[in-house]
Amino acid sequence: MMESIAPAPVTNALLYLDGVSVSFDGFKALNELSLILEHGEMRAIIGPNGAGKTTMMDVITGKTRPDLGTVLLDGRIDLTQVDEAAIAELGIGRKFQKPTVFESHTVADNVLLALKAPRDPLAALFGIRNRMPRDRIDAVLETVKLIDLRDRVAGDLSHGQKQWLEIAMLLAQDPKLLLVDEPVAGMTDAETETTAHLLREIARSHSVIVVEHDMTFVRALGVKVTCLHEGSVLAEGSIDDVSANERVVEVYLGR
Amino acid sequence: MRGIFDRWTRRVVAALFTLGLFSASPSVVAAGLLDEPLARLHADSFPETTKAIEEIARSGAPEAETLLRAMVDRRLLFDASSKTVVVKDASDKFLDARTLKPLASPPAALSPVRINNRLRGLIDAELGTLALVSPDRTRRFEAADALFRSRKASDLKAVEQAIAREKDGAIATALRKAHSAIQLARDDASLSDKLAAVGELAAFTDTDTLGLLNQTLASAQQPELRTSLEAAITRIEHQRQLLAGVQNVIYGLSLGSVLLLAAIGLAITFGVMGVINMAHGEMVMLGAYTTFVVQEAFRAWAPAAFDFSLLVAIPLAFVFTGLVGIAIERGIIRFLYGRPLETLLATWGVSLVLQQAVRTTFGPTNREVGNPSFMSGGFEVFGVSITWGRLWIIVFTLLVFAGLQLVLRATRLGLEMRAVTQNRRMAGSMGIRSARVDALTFGLGSGIAGIAGVALSQIDNVSPNLGQSYIVDSFMVVVFGGVGNLWGTFVSAFALGIANKLLEPVAGAVLAKIFILVLLILFIQKRPRGLFALKGRAVEA
Amino acid sequence: MITKLLVDSLDRRATLFLGFLGLILVAVPLLNLWVPEGSAFHVPTYLVSLLGKYVCFAVLALSLDLVWGYCGILSLGHGAFFALGGYAMGMYLMRQIGSRGVYAHPTLPDFMVFLNWKELPIFWYGFGSFPYALLMIVAVPGVLAFAFGWLAFRSRVAGVYLSIITQALTYALMLAFFRNDMGLGGNNGLTDFKDIVGFPVQAQGTRAVLFMLSVALLGMSFLLARILVTSAFGKVLVAIRDVESRTRFLGYRVENYKLVVFTVSAMLAGLAGALYVPQVGIINPSEFAPANSIEAVIWVAVGGRGTLIGAAVGAFVVNLLKSVFTTGALAAYWLFVLGGLFILVTLALPKGIVGTLEDLVAAKRKRIEERDRRGAVPELAE
Repeated sequence: MMESIAPAPVTNALLYLDGVSVSFDGFKALNELSLILEHGEMRAIIGPNGAGKTTMMDVITGKTRPDLGTVLLDGRIDLTQVDEAAIAELGIGRKFQKPTVFESHTVADNVLLALKAPRDPLAALFGIRNRMPRDRIDAVLETVKLIDLRDRVAGDLSHGQKQWLEIAMLLAQDPKLLLVDEPVAGMTDAETETTAHLLREIARSHSVIVVEHDMTFVRALGVKVTCLHEGSVLAEGSIDDVSANERVVEVYLGR
Repeated sequence: MRGIFDRWTRRVVAALFTLGLFSASPSVVAAGLLDEPLARLHADSFPETTKAIEEIARSGAPEAETLLRAMVDRRLLFDASSKTVVVKDASDKFLDARTLKPLASPPAALSPVRINNRLRGLIDAELGTLALVSPDRTRRFEAADALFRSRKASDLKAVEQAIAREKDGAIATALRKAHSAIQLARDDASLSDKLAAVGELAAFTDTDTLGLLNQTLASAQQPELRTSLEAAITRIEHQRQLLAGVQNVIYGLSLGSVLLLAAIGLAITFGVMGVINMAHGEMVMLGAYTTFVVQEAFRAWAPAAFDFSLLVAIPLAFVFTGLVGIAIERGIIRFLYGRPLETLLATWGVSLVLQQAVRTTFGPTNREVGNPSFMSGGFEVFGVSITWGRLWIIVFTLLVFAGLQLVLRATRLGLEMRAVTQNRRMAGSMGIRSARVDALTFGLGSGIAGIAGVALSQIDNVSPNLGQSYIVDSFMVVVFGGVGNLWGTFVSAFALGIANKLLEPVAGAVLAKIFILVLLILFIQKRPRGLFALKGRAVEA
Repeated sequence: MITKLLVDSLDRRATLFLGFLGLILVAVPLLNLWVPEGSAFHVPTYLVSLLGKYVCFAVLALSLDLVWGYCGILSLGHGAFFALGGYAMGMYLMRQIGSRGVYAHPTLPDFMVFLNWKELPIFWYGFGSFPYALLMIVAVPGVLAFAFGWLAFRSRVAGVYLSIITQALTYALMLAFFRNDMGLGGNNGLTDFKDIVGFPVQAQGTRAVLFMLSVALLGMSFLLARILVTSAFGKVLVAIRDVESRTRFLGYRVENYKLVVFTVSAMLAGLAGALYVPQVGIINPSEFAPANSIEAVIWVAVGGRGTLIGAAVGAFVVNLLKSVFTTGALAAYWLFVLGGLFILVTLALPKGIVGTLEDLVAAKRKRIEERDRRGAVPELAE
């Protein structure tokens, strides 16, 4: 009802950002940022602190309204006009930098809440969500290898397990586009490897944007990289191209 | 024949005296002036007394006023047999009515000069014209006002003479007002005189003038006069509305300063530290009770220096409530950082304990806190009345606010305070002892609430419930202004104060308050972070 | 479907609690009406009303726990919904007085005659009918909560800000109800009730029935709340309480969930107020005082938020303490006790009585489980 649908697709891309600017009290967090993500693509975003990575995610998911610019999903849905819940229902899922799971719920209930199904209060009270098939939950938990912990309270999980649970929730949500913010921050090497594997697995059937600082991890993903700096795109291309770029080295890598 | 001549001379002398020509040693000349009117009093008849009153008033004798006043108070006594008239003064001594010198042997059988209401009215009016020549400025002013009220055609001449003589601008204006009023009331005044009078009166804004004009309009016949009266009335009514508006804004500023005073401390503890201190009102209350204790001490040991009691109470209240605040922070609040709702509950508990503690110590009833002399009374500017108490509170509030800004901007503590609130960990790693800063910040907020209490003790009842009445208002002020923004609190307090007072005449005090509360509730929906919200990522965290 | 929800909602503890309610529902009136007065087992009528009052408070606490304990909405204005329900009942009871008032006016309540009013204000129409009054008891708090919540939750007023504006709401209502012009008895409120649905309010039998109704209301409210919190709806509520933004990004319209639970909670509070009024015999504007609402919060905190049973237990314990302390020589110390309770519970007993007991039981069970199947489960939190 609140979606404003453009008459004809502007672009065929899944996600289309053009000239997006956001400022907080004079500080330009995003400065005419433009970015295009194709269907089925996985993209890594790198950049120094304050480059605007998290703000970009906030804009795409409706948490922050841009001052200027266009944000289109599927070339016709204007994401700046709808709220977070609507954007989530349109098929954009988000994983936060700090693992955020519902700590007082069990692992299974966390996934239950994420499962694709009507999300209005009535459905939750008397409807479908109370009859979710157990095997759907278990299948997702199987993928992230948390099946043995399904009845434990999420607050008891380790940091890495929480990250995976969050990924499991995204899988259950089955979005068109996944935004993943620093998935391996604070993880052990073994956990990092498992996570990279998981994400590649997910990328086979979903479009993904990953924000990450860990260059080894980005290299391991082996996808197209965009480097942000001061709110706009500094360089874009393969990991080797980008890390060879002089400006990138200057502002980010070479410090 | 001789009697008539004498009377004429006296009249002329009296008139000359009234005009100030006989200013040198008037009593010598005047002594004989009163003989005849005083003699009339021996007759003990109202017609004679009437004449006597008029003659005394016109005699120009300096004793005239004393005599007339004595007559009103039934202290003017006479003895027909010995033909004496005496005045009984306040200390029951008898004075000769002609000279006002004490009488060595007062007559035995004295009876008061009888007067009735008509005479009383006559004396009042005569006193009015008499006072027009008084050397006392206030007396002359009162006299002019009295003439305005009585509007007797017979006073016209006296008023005109007084206007010619008067050097004081304000009194001259009052006299002209009286003159115009008399002209309007006078049946034989010409139309042009009346029109001029209406023009003169249109410059005044008081209810009496408005009443007079309305009253005149009701009986006025000439169309020209009616038009001019109507124009004058409209003009005065507009002026009055404007004045009422200004007066309400001033009341609003006064209320705003009270709100600001009560809310500044909260703006620090809630706005800067993010601590919901429900015991904030009780800090104000403790400040008020500190004032009470200090004043009791002054009453007991230095009653002469009572005016200085507030000066002593301010620092004491600051230190005392500041220490109580630090104790609360160290004892309770520091365990609850990051859990605002729990802090709210715990500090509510503190507020109950403090209220009960004060109730147990000082009793549940209001304690009397006195106003020092410089805070009582008031004055009027352009028809707007201002009391000294309110004015001092506005000034005091501004001083406290400026002082606080200075502390926050220019001192080490202020710098550390801002550092800790912006980034606790970073501040800690730079060697700032954040626990100490927290305690001091909370102490500062509480201390300021304490000084607010000193000021509020001057205008509110000092009872254990004092704080309760400010807590909702204070929170609304801080939230409306935008949390973490002292200037926001400043603007918000005055805006709410003025809005409240402008609404009061329309809606009544309680409805105005309800209306403001509802508006605030709606406003917060529109701008959840207040009037001057901080934007950006830092806020979300 | 409903039966499944019902079965799901009843764990062992909930069943025990309902059983206990059933027991007092029967036992207290029996001991009051059929055990002779001299007997040691006799429950005097004043005690029945007192207990009935506590039970109404327990319903209020339960409604508050539903929003605070499960959804993180700390309402400091729930007393307003309670009082509104109470006023709706009070208006019905006033109309029942008929011409038996001091001024014997056929339609106008005494205070209106006293204020020289000539006719009944329009909003009093209909309160002569019990079904209409019953509707209003639920509808007035419900509509207010819905309107307030619709505004507040949509604009994402949350946390402390919400607490402060709920407090402002009840404060504004208190000021309004103190006014004589409001047509609800001003300062004195509504009192001197005679009958309720044809039975004399003061009669022993009526009081016993009112008590039973209160206990029944507590049971039903508890059951309703259990259904709400054990369904997926309740899981969403807890999710909102824990991480509101995460819930939003999962696609849930947080404001709608909050609105539903806030409105339901306000209606329960209204019902509690409605049963409270005939048992205490008066309703006046002081019921709107912000302090009352905060006191209700402490009942929930003492009993243990987010446990439902805890709310009821807390309401009972704190009010029992209050009754003990406010009568006799200890009266001067009641605020010390209440204030101390606020501080103690937040600092030392954040989970309240029931929450702490639950933790103890859970810890014991965990130890036993661990011993039974050591090594069977992969290690947590390495």
